[in-house]
Amino acid sequence: MTTPLLEVRGIDKSFGPVQVLHDVAFSAHAGEVTALVGDNGAGKSTLVKCVGGIYPIDSGDILFDGKPVQVHGPRDAGTLGIEIVYQDLALCDNLDIVQNMFLGRERRRGLVLDEASMEEMAQETLSGLSVRTVKSIRQQVSSLSGGQRQTVAIAKAVLWNSKVVILDEPTAALGVAQTAQVLELVRRLADKGLAVVLISHNMNDVFAVSDRIAALYLGRMAARVKTADVTHAQVVELITSGRSGDLGIMP
Amino acid sequence: MNKVKELPGEVVATAANSPSIGHSVRAYVERVRGGDMGALPAVLGLVVLCTVFAIARPAFLTAINFANLFTQGAAVTLIAMGLVFVLLLGEIDLSAGFASGVCAAVLAVTLTNMGLPWYIGVVAAIITGVLIGLMLGGLVAKVGIPSFVVTLAAFLAFQGLVLVLVDEGTNISIRDEVIVAIATRNLPPWLGWATYAVGVGVYAAVQFLRARKRAQRGLAADPLSLILARVGSLAVIAGVAVYVLNLERSRNALLTSLTGVPIVVPVILVLLIVWTFVLRRTAFGRHLYAVGGNAEAARRAGIAVDRIKVSAFVICSSMAAVGGIVAASRASSVDPNTGGSSVLLYAVGAAVIGGTSLFGGKGRVLDAILGGAVVAVIENGMALMGYGSSVKYLVTGSVLLLAAGVDALARKRAAAAGLR
Repeated sequence: MTTPLLEVRGIDKSFGPVQVLHDVAFSAHAGEVTALVGDNGAGKSTLVKCVGGIYPIDSGDILFDGKPVQVHGPRDAGTLGIEIVYQDLALCDNLDIVQNMFLGRERRRGLVLDEASMEEMAQETLSGLSVRTVKSIRQQVSSLSGGQRQTVAIAKAVLWNSKVVILDEPTAALGVAQTAQVLELVRRLADKGLAVVLISHNMNDVFAVSDRIAALYLGRMAARVKTADVTHAQVVELITSGRSGDLGIMP
Repeated sequence: MNKVKELPGEVVATAANSPSIGHSVRAYVERVRGGDMGALPAVLGLVVLCTVFAIARPAFLTAINFANLFTQGAAVTLIAMGLVFVLLLGEIDLSAGFASGVCAAVLAVTLTNMGLPWYIGVVAAIITGVLIGLMLGGLVAKVGIPSFVVTLAAFLAFQGLVLVLVDEGTNISIRDEVIVAIATRNLPPWLGWATYAVGVGVYAAVQFLRARKRAQRGLAADPLSLILARVGSLAVIAGVAVYVLNLERSRNALLTSLTGVPIVVPVILVLLIVWTFVLRRTAFGRHLYAVGGNAEAARRAGIAVDRIKVSAFVICSSMAAVGGIVAASRASSVDPNTGGSSVLLYAVGAAVIGGTSLFGGKGRVLDAILGGAVVAVIENGMALMGYGSSVKYLVTGSVLLLAAGVDALARKRAAAAGLR
C-alpha cells in the first residue's frame, strides 16, 4: 500500500480536564476521499483543527508524505499544502469572490495589489473545477447562495496547489441540488489527485463520494475501513456505539 | 421534485466580456434596491439641503459663502476621513475630537511657547496623533477593552490634557505664517486651474490605462462610455467649483483682493487620494475590509488582526492631528475648546452620513468628504437662516440619527434580500 499523504498517529488532546482525543490515528491518501464520521462531540472538528494548526496537540505525530512535521499555526498547514474548509465558512461577505480566494495571500506588484493576475488565477481555478454557477467572479460573496459560497470556499482551498483538502460538513446547510453540486466538486478534487477528507453526518453523502471511512467514537478511533466493505447500518452502529460486529473498539 | 437540476447559469469564461454602460447602471440600481446605497443618501441630502438654503437665503449661493463652506468643514472632514478606518473595523473612536485638540495644543506650544519653526510643530502634532493611536489601538486590540469604553475614557482624559497644555484655560495664539495660511489663504487662481487640469488629466489617464490593460488581458473592463461619464462629471463638478472659488469674493475688491481655491482643499484632496489608494489598492487596505467584514475569517486567512486594528486607530488619530492643525490654523489660536463640543459628533456624523457603516466592513474615504459637506452645509445654512446653536444641534443630531437609521435599515433589507 502507498504511503498516505497525511497521517496522524497517537494524537492526544485535552481541553483542561476534558480529554477530547485519545490516541487517535488517521490517514488520508492522495486521489481518495476519506470520510471522517462520528457523533456530535466525537472529536471530528478537534482532530481537524489539530491538523490545521488551530489547536496545538498534547502528544502524537503528524506525518506529511511519510515525513514527520510540526504544525504550529494555519500558516504552517498552508505551507505544507493542507487546506481546511470550515463549517462556518471563513469567507468575508463584504468582499468579492476573487478577494476572498486570495485573502491573506494577495499577489502584489511592489506595493500595489495585482488584481488582474489574481482575477485570472481565480477564473482558471473555478473553470478547472468546472464551476459554472457563478455569474461574475467580481460578485460580492454576500450575494451568493449557500452552495455557491461553499464552492468558493472549496475553490479557495484548491487555488494554492494544496495537496490535502479537509472539508468540515460542507453540505450541512445546503439544499438537495446544491448538495449534489458540492459532492460532485468533492469527487472532482480527489480525481485531480488531491487527498480529500470529508467530515459529514450524512450517510448518503459519505457513501456517495468516499473511498474510505474513519469513524470516531467519544474521542477514540473506532474503525478505519473501505467504504465498499461496509454497509450503511454498520457505519451507523460504529458512530453510535463505537463497534459493529468484529469492527470497532472491543470492550 | 421537477426542479432538482440547478439552472446552469453563465459559464465563468463569458463573464469576461465587457459589460455595457446600461449593464453597469442596472447593476447599480440593483445594489441600491438591495440595500447597498453607498453615498446616495449623502448626495441626495446635499442636493436637497443646498436647494432649500439657496431658495430661503440667496446669500447661501454667493462665492464667499461657497469658500466658507470649505474652510468651515475642513477640520471635521479630515477627522471623519480618519474615523472611516476605525468604523470599517466596526469599532468607534469617541476621542478623535479631543485628540485633535491635544495635537493642536502641542502644535501651539511648540510654535508659540517654544518658538520652533512650523514644520517641527506639524511633525510634533502628528507624532502626538500617532502615539495616541498606538495607545488606543493597543488597549482595544491587545488588552481587549471595547473601543467604546477606551475612547470614552480617552475623550475625558484628553479634555484634561488640552487644559494642561494650554495652562488651564488660556488661549495660545498662533502667528506662524505657514500654519495660519493653511485654512485662511488661497491658491492663486492660475495654480487652482493648473491643479485642476493635472488632477482631471491624471484621473482620466489612470481610468483609461486600467481599462485598456484589463481588456488586453481579456478581463471584464469598464466600458469607454462609463469612463467618459466618470471623467466628464468630475471635470464639470471640479471645474465649476474652481471657477466659483476663483471669482472675486472680497467686499471691497479695490482694497484687498480675495480669490482662489482655499489651501485646505488641495490638502484634503491629496489625503483623499493617498487613503483611497491605501484602502483600495494595497493588501493592508484589503485586510482592513476583511477584518471589518469577518474578523474570524481574516484570522484564519493568516491576517494579523491585532496589527490591523492598531494601525486603524493610528491612522484615525493621525488624521485627527491633521484636523487639529487645520482647526488651529482657521482660528489662529488654540483654546481648551479646540476639538471639543460638537466636533467629534459632527465627524462621526460626516462619516456615517456619507455611507460608512457603523457595523464595519463598508465605507470609503470619499464618503467622509461627502458627509462632511452635508454637515458643513447644515451648519452654514442654519447660521445664515439665523437659527441659534440649539436648532443647529437638534438638526445635526437628527441627521446623524437618520443616517444611522438608513444604515441599519439598509442592512436589514440586504439581509432580507439574501445579500448578507
